[in-house]
Amino acid sequence: MDTDTLTGGFADPPRDAARAFRAALQALARPGRIETVTGAAPPAPCSMAAGVLLLTLCDGTTGLHLAGDHDAEALRDWVRFHTGARLVRADDADFALGTWPALAPLDRYRTGTSEYPDRSATLIVEMPVLTATGARLTGPGIETEARLSLPEAAAFQANRRRFPLGYDCYFTCGDRLAGLPRSTRVAEG
Amino acid sequence: MPETSETAYNFAYLDEQTKRMIRRAILKGVAVPGYQVPFASREMPMPYGWGTGGVQVSAACLTPEDTFKVIDQGADDTTNAVSIRKFFQKVAEVAVTEHTNEATVIQTRHRIPETPLTEDQILVYQVPIPEPLRFLEPSEVETRRMHALEDYGLMHVKLYEDIARHGEIATAYAYPVTVEDRYVMDPSPIPKFDNPKLESAALQLFGAGREQRIYAVPPYTKVVSLDFDDYPFDPSKAPHPCALCGAEHTYLDEVIVDDAGGRMFVCSDTDYCASRQAEQAA
Repeated sequence: MDTDTLTGGFADPPRDAARAFRAALQALARPGRIETVTGAAPPAPCSMAAGVLLLTLCDGTTGLHLAGDHDAEALRDWVRFHTGARLVRADDADFALGTWPALAPLDRYRTGTSEYPDRSATLIVEMPVLTATGARLTGPGIETEARLSLPEAAAFQANRRRFPLGYDCYFTCGDRLAGLPRSTRVAEG
Repeated sequence: MPETSETAYNFAYLDEQTKRMIRRAILKGVAVPGYQVPFASREMPMPYGWGTGGVQVSAACLTPEDTFKVIDQGADDTTNAVSIRKFFQKVAEVAVTEHTNEATVIQTRHRIPETPLTEDQILVYQVPIPEPLRFLEPSEVETRRMHALEDYGLMHVKLYEDIARHGEIATAYAYPVTVEDRYVMDPSPIPKFDNPKLESAALQLFGAGREQRIYAVPPYTKVVSLDFDDYPFDPSKAPHPCALCGAEHTYLDEVIVDDAGGRMFVCSDTDYCASRQAEQAA
């Protein structure tokens, strides 16, 4: 085990996690809003913001799927040490982390059941850029319209069509994150 | 760290694993507005029925930078409100206030403040019975299936029977709403006067401790009070002005003032009423 594995967690877990959760909550409750977070230093290729989400939301009771280049030994060790999360296949995941191409195919992820739509996956999508431009978002949390640089529109339109089932997404880039719950209606920008 | 803080407890009382579990439930609640997410409610240092659901949601949301306000039926100075405010002052070291416009997180029992809430605020409701169909159908298996199938006919029958019996929809509090054209939700026992305020700029979170459910209404979410075309929803209130501040547009409490049947109507929102009185005195 590399010594880097042991570092990069929250310095003050209760308070750091509280601030991080608040940012994650505001981001998901107001799709299109970009929040800045701090406190995690995960190994490459994981971004600071994705690392913060893992530290805040994952533990021994959640399954995490690392997709593509994120399925690297350094990151696996870091996640195991800091969160205790089980590393699982995509179809068993509570959380999945990777780039948009690496997370595909999307029909692998749990979308809940009609009686328990909450038993669904949350995707953490690493983005090369994250700006409030591009796809047009409407729905809960949005007063009129918001914009977000989504990787595509079609997948989120398909996800919305099966509401209340579906997966929920966070988009991360550096120390910034945005949320896209299944309830959001997405149109091409 | 201030000397008065309680260092024997974790920040915001709950342990981190519990807060993560509650936080995950809150996020799924936000993603599916109006749907009741089951969560593993903990024992709190107060009995069920005293706001343990709201307290757990507040504990999961509060940051050290927050300013916290608690109201009990609109009042900041009742036992339940004072004890919960003091609890978080001690275990989360947060600033507290009685002024709605200064608060970033407001925990409430059975009212929505009169002052319109802003994007920077979170309203946390204490919920006794989260299931709007519970008094019509006692089985959780059945009510869960009814929500899954969007089978809300029974609720409309209940409202219709109100009209048949009383000539109007007699439900005055915990008046059921449809959230985002999908889930029928119990807005907790707020007076129906407050129902129009459920469409808000603030994020609204609902916690039911004994019943182990969390649900949410994100900002600007469509919330419609159930009614009929010929019996539209009426957010009625007592036909009086407030005896203290003269407001005619607020929800009023009826207060008995003597043994001879004397009574007065005053704003239930103590902060709103006091601010108006202060403005009038100035």
